[in-house]
Amino acid sequence: MEKRVLDQLQGSPGRNGISIVSLLQLIQQEYNYLPEEVLREAALATGFPLIEMFRVATFYKSFSLVPRGKHTITACCGTACHVRGSEKVVREISKTLGVAPGETTPDGQYTVETVNCLGACALAPLVVLDGQYYGGVTPAGVGKLIGGHRRHDYSCEAAGSK
Amino acid sequence: MEVLAARLSTPDQLAEYRKQVLLRREKIKFQLSVCGGTGCSGGGSKLIRDRLREYLEQQGLSETVALKFTGCLGLCEQGPLVIVSPGEYFYHRVSESDIPEIIGQTILRGELVERLLYIDPASGERIASAHEIPFLKKQSRILLGDNWRIDPAAIDDYLVLGGYESLVKALVSLSSNAVIEQIKHSRLRGRGGAGFPTGVKWEECRRAAGTDKYIICNADEGDPGAFMDRSLLEGNPHLVLEGLIIGGYAVGAGEGVVFVRSEYPTAVNNIKQAIVMAESLGLLGENILGSGFNFRVRVSVGAGAFVSGETSALIRSVEGFVGEPRQKPPHLAERGLNNKPTVVNNVETLANVPYLIRFGADSYRERGTEKSKGTKIFSLVGKVNNTGLVEVPLGITLRDIIFEIGGGIRGRKKFKAVQTGGPSGGCLPEQLLDLPTDFEELSEAGSMMGSGGMIVMDEETCMVDLARYFLAFLKDESCGNCFSCREGISRLLEMVEQISRGESSLEQLSLLQELAAVVKDASLCGLGQTAPNPVLSAIRYFHEEYLAHIVERRCPAGVCRALVSYSINDQLCTGCGACLKSCPSEAVSGEKKLPHHISTEKCTKCGICLETCRFGAVMKQ
Repeated sequence: MEKRVLDQLQGSPGRNGISIVSLLQLIQQEYNYLPEEVLREAALATGFPLIEMFRVATFYKSFSLVPRGKHTITACCGTACHVRGSEKVVREISKTLGVAPGETTPDGQYTVETVNCLGACALAPLVVLDGQYYGGVTPAGVGKLIGGHRRHDYSCEAAGSK
Repeated sequence: MEVLAARLSTPDQLAEYRKQVLLRREKIKFQLSVCGGTGCSGGGSKLIRDRLREYLEQQGLSETVALKFTGCLGLCEQGPLVIVSPGEYFYHRVSESDIPEIIGQTILRGELVERLLYIDPASGERIASAHEIPFLKKQSRILLGDNWRIDPAAIDDYLVLGGYESLVKALVSLSSNAVIEQIKHSRLRGRGGAGFPTGVKWEECRRAAGTDKYIICNADEGDPGAFMDRSLLEGNPHLVLEGLIIGGYAVGAGEGVVFVRSEYPTAVNNIKQAIVMAESLGLLGENILGSGFNFRVRVSVGAGAFVSGETSALIRSVEGFVGEPRQKPPHLAERGLNNKPTVVNNVETLANVPYLIRFGADSYRERGTEKSKGTKIFSLVGKVNNTGLVEVPLGITLRDIIFEIGGGIRGRKKFKAVQTGGPSGGCLPEQLLDLPTDFEELSEAGSMMGSGGMIVMDEETCMVDLARYFLAFLKDESCGNCFSCREGISRLLEMVEQISRGESSLEQLSLLQELAAVVKDASLCGLGQTAPNPVLSAIRYFHEEYLAHIVERRCPAGVCRALVSYSINDQLCTGCGACLKSCPSEAVSGEKKLPHHISTEKCTKCGICLETCRFGAVMKQ
């Protein structure tokens, strides 16, 4: 599993029909973000200019140049979610976890994200926690959602690591 | 995925294959369709499907009852949904414990499970059949209507409904020019936003010099509030694929690309699966059904950029670069993907093609207005009772969609505005509710059809806040290439933010309108050219609300944070302490059983106290 993409690239140098976007998608799939040293090695192996790779990595929303948390909490900020109060929900998530959208909690547990639309507008406002959809979320519901998630998962692990 | 036959090499073999499928399915007497859309999946429909399968096996019913895990069935808020047919009995809010009754009563004894039947919010009556549900009854679902009969993982489901017959018809009895003539005659217009005639687009690409042409299906549905493309790709991927293959045949392309956004993992999976199945049956690949037409399709997953929906930017994205739009001409028909002639069509546009070829352009033209033909899928969302996807003939009025199909405004509130066309569109007020849904009429009113997002707003939505929302969205999504778009939208946003804080003036308002005109005129692509629409239409139709913010420093809808404050009514407060406990900022104080008080300094205006209070004592001004 370790360094799968790089092994492949170094095994057969050149671009092999791969594009920058799909290369970055492969790297992110493996590392969960785009580590700088991997990008540097990938640029050498493929001949893509490093600057172009950074340009693509910073242009598109789905790429992250910093490590992401173990869990991802995503608040949808589409129009339907907005008119049903998603802004308050986002503010509450940030406050509860103490980090702004796009950031990760210092303990590396949660990354907070916002997304323009997840296409499940009937459930607005929508929050997704590790792939599970929660519809009709209220600011008061945020605390319960995160608290519940922590109790089930996070606190057990924290207790185990002591 | 089911086991498929060997590659079919003639239309007759396809007909024979279809016959064999029907023969194999003769034993099936009942069908259970479990909705696998996002809403129902969130409610646990996968578990219901698995338990149903186990239960059917235990009861020895696996051979006579077909179980399908389908795409979105529409009424997302009522999920998980299960449809039992024959009869199309529509069960809502189904849980695991209902399974023995559904099988025991409905399948084995033909009796309805009363408590699972959908209740019509208007009449309060329970409705047995899906046909009778007002939300569905008043639509004309020529594209979405088959979703409940189709398991997207089974190509056979699509084939027995006449799937790929249009492809056979096109390959066997129509020349590529004849296909284009049909599309032109039908007056099908692009469903992605601009409404350009599809037949004309195809003809340009057909006529363009050069080989190695491409056809791209644009499934980079970035418009927030629209999800019809997602639903089509997830629920009926072969419909879109068939449209793409026919398009490829018409324009003379050898390769098709489906460009899907990464936010739609199920859609990516379902279309990939559909491509593999179509390939193994010989409906894709070399010499399709012996016609001599070669066509391959691949999937390209987007990395997330709204501007990539613009066709020239989309091409750069598919090529794997930064998705910035470029100057046109040269048009894509001359220089597109890999510098070859290319045509880009939206998902819904392509989904119209099989219907149109199968039933003919004349039949297609029966629906719609003079200039806008056929049906359009709208995603009806926001403060409306029935939210979901609505497929209606073009030309139907906004009022019919919102009040007849959508069941009116939630919670007995008053209708205020409907936003169509997403970040490029505008907000239309009550006096325009009788406007027909027609490309030209909507544009003249200062909005646009766009991809079909329809967000309904009630009196609690602030039109300054909405304009701010769209400008913030567009500022974030502008690629930054054009100065007018990059800087212009930022300045517009600043001005609207000032209005929302009560820090603006009437001079600023006219300056805002002047700048909006510059952004429109001086930007290269559609994003910048239409970016001022939401704010301009809001000022045009809700002028008084803007004046209230500017002159009176008041937000009538109670949304703009700087202009609202929370307080507790002494008379109504019972001192129960619920708000005190729930306040995350410790802004509420008070003794038990005595009226409480909110500190304006500590209050962050999150509104949790208002949400929590059971006595209506928390006031928002």
